[in-house]
Amino acid sequence: MQRRDFIKLGGVGVGSLMLPISGIAVSAEQLLDKPMDVAYKKKLADIALNAAKAKGATYADARIGRYLNQFVTTRETRVDNIVNTESAGIGVRVIANGTWGFASTSNMTPDSVAKTAEKAVEVAMANSKFQTSPVKLAPVKGTGEVSWNTPIKKNAMQVPIKDKVDLLLSANSAAMENGANYITSILFVVNEQKYFASTEGSYIDQDVHRLWAPFYATAIGENGFKQRQGLGNPVGMGFEYLDGLEEDKIRIQGANVGYKNSYDIVEDAAAAGKQLKAKLAAKSVEPGKYDLVLDPAHLMLTIHESVGHPLELDRVLGYEANYAGTSFATLDKWRSGKFQYGSDMVNLFADKTQPYSLGNVGYDDEGVKTKEWDLIKDGILVNYQATRDQVHMIDQNESHGCSYSQSWRDVQFQRMPNVSLRPNKKDISAEDVIKDVEKGIYIAGRGSFSIDQQRYNFQFGGQLFYEIKDGKIVDQIEDVAYQSNTQEFWNNCVQTAGKSDYRLGGSFFDGKGQPSQVSAVSHGCSTTRFNNINVINTARNV
Amino acid sequence: MTMISQDTAKKLLTKVLAFSKADECAVGLEGKTAGNIRYARNTVSTAGEESDVELFVQSTFGKRTGVATINEFDDVSLEKVVRRSEELAKLAPENEEYMPLFGKQSYLESKTHSPNTAKVTPADRAAAAEASIVPSKKNKLVASGFLEDEETFTAIMNSKGLFAYNTSTNVDFSVTIRTEDGKGSGWVTRNYTDVSQLDTAKASQIAIQKAMGSVDGKELEPGKYTVILEPAASVTLLENMARNFDQRSADEGRSFLSKKVKDGEEGPTNKLGEKMFDERVNIYSDPQDPTAPTAPFSWDGYPRKRTDWVKNGVITNMFNSPYWAKKTKTEYIPRGGNLIMTGGSESLEDMIKNTRRGILVTRLWYIRSLDPQTLLYTGLTRDGTFYIEDGKIKYPIKNFRFNESPIIMLNNIEALGKPQRIDGNMIPPMKIRDFTFSSLSDAV
Repeated sequence: MQRRDFIKLGGVGVGSLMLPISGIAVSAEQLLDKPMDVAYKKKLADIALNAAKAKGATYADARIGRYLNQFVTTRETRVDNIVNTESAGIGVRVIANGTWGFASTSNMTPDSVAKTAEKAVEVAMANSKFQTSPVKLAPVKGTGEVSWNTPIKKNAMQVPIKDKVDLLLSANSAAMENGANYITSILFVVNEQKYFASTEGSYIDQDVHRLWAPFYATAIGENGFKQRQGLGNPVGMGFEYLDGLEEDKIRIQGANVGYKNSYDIVEDAAAAGKQLKAKLAAKSVEPGKYDLVLDPAHLMLTIHESVGHPLELDRVLGYEANYAGTSFATLDKWRSGKFQYGSDMVNLFADKTQPYSLGNVGYDDEGVKTKEWDLIKDGILVNYQATRDQVHMIDQNESHGCSYSQSWRDVQFQRMPNVSLRPNKKDISAEDVIKDVEKGIYIAGRGSFSIDQQRYNFQFGGQLFYEIKDGKIVDQIEDVAYQSNTQEFWNNCVQTAGKSDYRLGGSFFDGKGQPSQVSAVSHGCSTTRFNNINVINTARNV
Repeated sequence: MTMISQDTAKKLLTKVLAFSKADECAVGLEGKTAGNIRYARNTVSTAGEESDVELFVQSTFGKRTGVATINEFDDVSLEKVVRRSEELAKLAPENEEYMPLFGKQSYLESKTHSPNTAKVTPADRAAAAEASIVPSKKNKLVASGFLEDEETFTAIMNSKGLFAYNTSTNVDFSVTIRTEDGKGSGWVTRNYTDVSQLDTAKASQIAIQKAMGSVDGKELEPGKYTVILEPAASVTLLENMARNFDQRSADEGRSFLSKKVKDGEEGPTNKLGEKMFDERVNIYSDPQDPTAPTAPFSWDGYPRKRTDWVKNGVITNMFNSPYWAKKTKTEYIPRGGNLIMTGGSESLEDMIKNTRRGILVTRLWYIRSLDPQTLLYTGLTRDGTFYIEDGKIKYPIKNFRFNESPIIMLNNIEALGKPQRIDGNMIPPMKIRDFTFSSLSDAV
């Protein structure tokens, strides 16, 4: 029996999410009143670091974490579940005999913390028998005592449960009044209170907030049923994201509303109801080659899968071979300096600094100050995503700051930073991109996604599909998925809209590693056109 | 405090229940001790041990319910967690679908625990990894693997007199072995209750053979082919299909098991009793399966018994909730903890011998739903895809993307082999005709 069985989340689509439900469920509001004193955290961290050094560690870091989550799940007119969880503890990572070791505990007495640090050293010593190349860390200057927090306006943990329930139930009514027969809506609120200390003199206190409010609506028709998910994004923001400000809406004539840094869930749910009715009546796509215009809430996932994952250095090197796989973007391609990943207008960058993004933190989980760097420049592969112990393998001596762990309990490792497509320097709109397309399909929202273990062949669906004829969005269509090859796809990228259209999408539960850990990551882009892409029809008679 | 005996759990939960002031209260304990080792590039990358126990309290006043959990067990903490769940219950809106807790139940004997697995040490794990790495190195191959063993317990008690307790062990092993030039890749997985059945050296030989045999796969045209799906290739498709055996979704018209009733007419709203698959298809759940047992009770303390989902190709049962069972005047059928599909006596090797032309698929990867109405899924072959001709593996082939539905698959059965344990289930290798591959992948 799994822990998540205790806390059942019903509803369509929810079962496929990886919910990190664990820890101590309490009133999150109460917990906010008494966070652990920073001076005490420093004292505990020093105990861990000293104990590790005394046992022979040449490097040690300690992460003291308190992770608060709140989940509110509703279905049609009722609330399915309200869950508050809290998980607190310490994780200690060491290098001894040139080998990593890790141990963690929820028991934060000084004695237990010291013993945990010693256990981490024991693990390192035991594993060092297998070690063929000692760990080499890129230098990091100790930060001294510093702090960072997500710039939120309304702490979602402090918003009364009633307000959250009312908002979700209003969205449910809006969807049902406009054509949906069923709807599940959920609010996820996450607060990571993380303290990092290392033997190099860093003491970093961070308060990280994230939020996501997805919904899953269904309409039943004469010949079956259709589904439509919400077009809101998971974000590194407070409850202000759900204010639904007019200035953050981008209206695409004849299609959907795109949301920037504020989401109107009730408006989106009402639109979902209407669009579901249209989906039930929509014609099935004629398979063939089309020019695709992809909205940011859709393209974010294509970026995630076809650029984010293949450029994770641990995948490239083979550390993920037994699970997620390896990568086509091998070191020889990067070293050539000529590998044409995309057309010369494709510029993809990585960062953990964009405001409102899920990856936004001051320092990563090994104390590296976060930054922005290029991955693909003018279409050429120029860099990867790496941590302190990896950058030397790509002839660099500065970590990219990509270390993350989902909790105090798990060891930190290389995770994807935000990976985003730079907007067009010319500030053209989404409709400017659409107007030049003769025969195309406009796709909004993330749907089915699948890609091979080296990230060549992919197939993506979406939430909403519209036929484009002679520069105009005409009919809503159905059963669309496109199949392509990563390099071919990005080399067919011919136009992207400007910064006024730039929006962040994201993945709240991105899985990687064994045992698997989740992380949250954003991808920014503007509405973008890809020419001559193979579209298949996904309808089937059974 | 990690593993707690039945007596100690009973005493502790009785003490927790005594603090309750709610109309109804359910409490539970869940504990886990687990260890793992991970290796890549022929060397250990990470290893760790984890242990934790959580106490779960669900309090209900009328139809308002709150949930809280804690992992401290002093008297003050025990009372605190009960009060917190009661506070949350008072904040929650009424749930008209709330159903009263079950009273005392009796359960089948549990077969889920092996003392051997509970005794695994870090040295055992290291030795198991070494047994996989050494032969890989010897063959100039690169091994990346993962071994995880765990011992867990669950105890549930409620204010209506229910008490359930179970201990369980599990060991999972998988390894991907690749050629140094990355042109060949093989994989194998093993999953047992009793770790003494695990032989990582023997299992790794399969991945080694597949890695060396899969170098320079030939391109075949995408299209419909007869395939032999190893159990690891079909298990996710079957699990996904089983997840859709929800009576409520079917009755609500949003499932492949929904039946359209014409306006104004009465009739069944789901396909219970309909023949949907080849008559050789038999799928059930059984907590006492000798090879892949599961806990004898569901998460809510309701007893699990053998439940047929598909019998001779006919939809025989669907799972539901106590609320939906009452509303539709049917029996409450909880989800099964495992999936047992019957097969024949042929081994995988026999099935290959008896195939004139076909494709052997080791595993399918990145499986995602395309249409919940037809259960159409997409995904890719991975780590060992071979062309079979005249009863022999002829040559390796490049990986394919597939777009296929298990409904179609289970109607196109040519042969079923001897079931094997995979991910806690029993699944036979299957020979399927007209399996749809839609495009080629360059991935190895």
